[in-house]
Amino acid sequence: MTDKPRLLTYLDFLTVVVLLIAIWLVFFYAPVEVMMGAVQKVFYFHVATAWVGMLGFLASAYAGIAYLRKSDLRWDVIGYAAIEISLVFFLVAIIMGSIWARPIWNTWWTWDPRLTTAAIVELIFAAYLLLRQGVDDPERRARFGAIYAIFGSISVPLTFISIRLLRTIHPVVIGNAEAAAQGGFNMDDPMKIAFFFSLAAFSVFFTDLLWHRIRLGNLREELGKLRIKAYAEED
Amino acid sequence: MKSYLNAVKAVIWKDLTAEWRTRENLTAMLVFALLTVLIFNFALELDIQAQESLSAGILWVTFVFAGTIGLNRSMASEKDRGCLDGLLLAPVDRSVIYFGKVIGNMIFMLLVELIILPIYSFLFTVPVFQPGFLLVVFLGSFGYVAVGTLLATMVIQVRTRDILLPILLFPLTLPVVIAAVKASQGFLEFLPVAEVSTWLNLLIVYDLIFIAVAFMVFDYVVEE
Repeated sequence: MTDKPRLLTYLDFLTVVVLLIAIWLVFFYAPVEVMMGAVQKVFYFHVATAWVGMLGFLASAYAGIAYLRKSDLRWDVIGYAAIEISLVFFLVAIIMGSIWARPIWNTWWTWDPRLTTAAIVELIFAAYLLLRQGVDDPERRARFGAIYAIFGSISVPLTFISIRLLRTIHPVVIGNAEAAAQGGFNMDDPMKIAFFFSLAAFSVFFTDLLWHRIRLGNLREELGKLRIKAYAEED
Repeated sequence: MKSYLNAVKAVIWKDLTAEWRTRENLTAMLVFALLTVLIFNFALELDIQAQESLSAGILWVTFVFAGTIGLNRSMASEKDRGCLDGLLLAPVDRSVIYFGKVIGNMIFMLLVELIILPIYSFLFTVPVFQPGFLLVVFLGSFGYVAVGTLLATMVIQVRTRDILLPILLFPLTLPVVIAAVKASQGFLEFLPVAEVSTWLNLLIVYDLIFIAVAFMVFDYVVEE
């Protein structure tokens, strides 16, 4: 447990390499989009970070269900790690989206389904962290965290549907675009390569971070146990 | 099944009796709701157009805020007086406590709404007494209370309990609030039922899903 697994070290290297390749592909390989210009480059990492954020969110809901079924604290560490990382990735996705939206939609922010859902997911993540902070007993903390993650994962799609029923201007680049969407475009092959490579690169990045974070969580727990043992021996 | 319903009834009755003796909770909710409606009406007095387009939103903001106060208080009093432990010791299914509390909270919520709605109708000149509109009020409040009761049970066991409930509850109940606002707005503007029914369906779906999930996880919330 204490030693860093060799596979993880390899994964660290792989992450750095694929991220560098992704950056190269985005900036030098993919052509500049005709209508939007350089700001369209945001798209590659914007979608990739949002994708990773959603991945972590789903992982935490899955870990929540697994924890409630098995009461194994390892699942709690996984859920917590996934949410912490996703919180950051999602924030990055939102900020990058805003940078793109300012010239294209002429506004930093609008209450479109995707944007609203992203904002709500961030709020749920933040609430999750606040909830955990207020509970000292690890078992109870894990239970409450799991329940809240499950509730969040059910509520978020409903939020998305309910706002989608209202209106949307967010472009859909993959699949069918809606008539009202503004700022859509068709990807040519180099763009597609850059895009899917960034998705894959960020997925690797996420896996690497998640692994590190889970290790950190486990180590922290071990440290806590050692501390208790040391105090017990002193007395 | 009959003993289950009797146990639920007992929990509801306990809540109503306790509330009747002090009337603390209900008064606080009511005064707060009244203040919210009045402040909004006063703030928007000169802008008739804004008043018309915002009135459904204002109503739901009022209910949601007043509801938070009620939910917080209703569970906090259980914890403070050690009543929750007594309830948990009762030889009944734990979900009895949940359903009893939900219905109890729902009764308080509906009582507050019963008093607020005429005042709201009077101040904003809106026709609230239509069956469709009242159905929306019921469905929206139910979804809100169903999730709120579960979270309130969780929050009272947390250190930062007084401030935490709205932070946890608002993002989760956003779909219910959006659907309720849209549906009530539709009824206030006498839109055809076909346009409102999407929102009604969403409300019903939300209510069913969350009552089912809450029923499944409530055991874990009160586990010691």
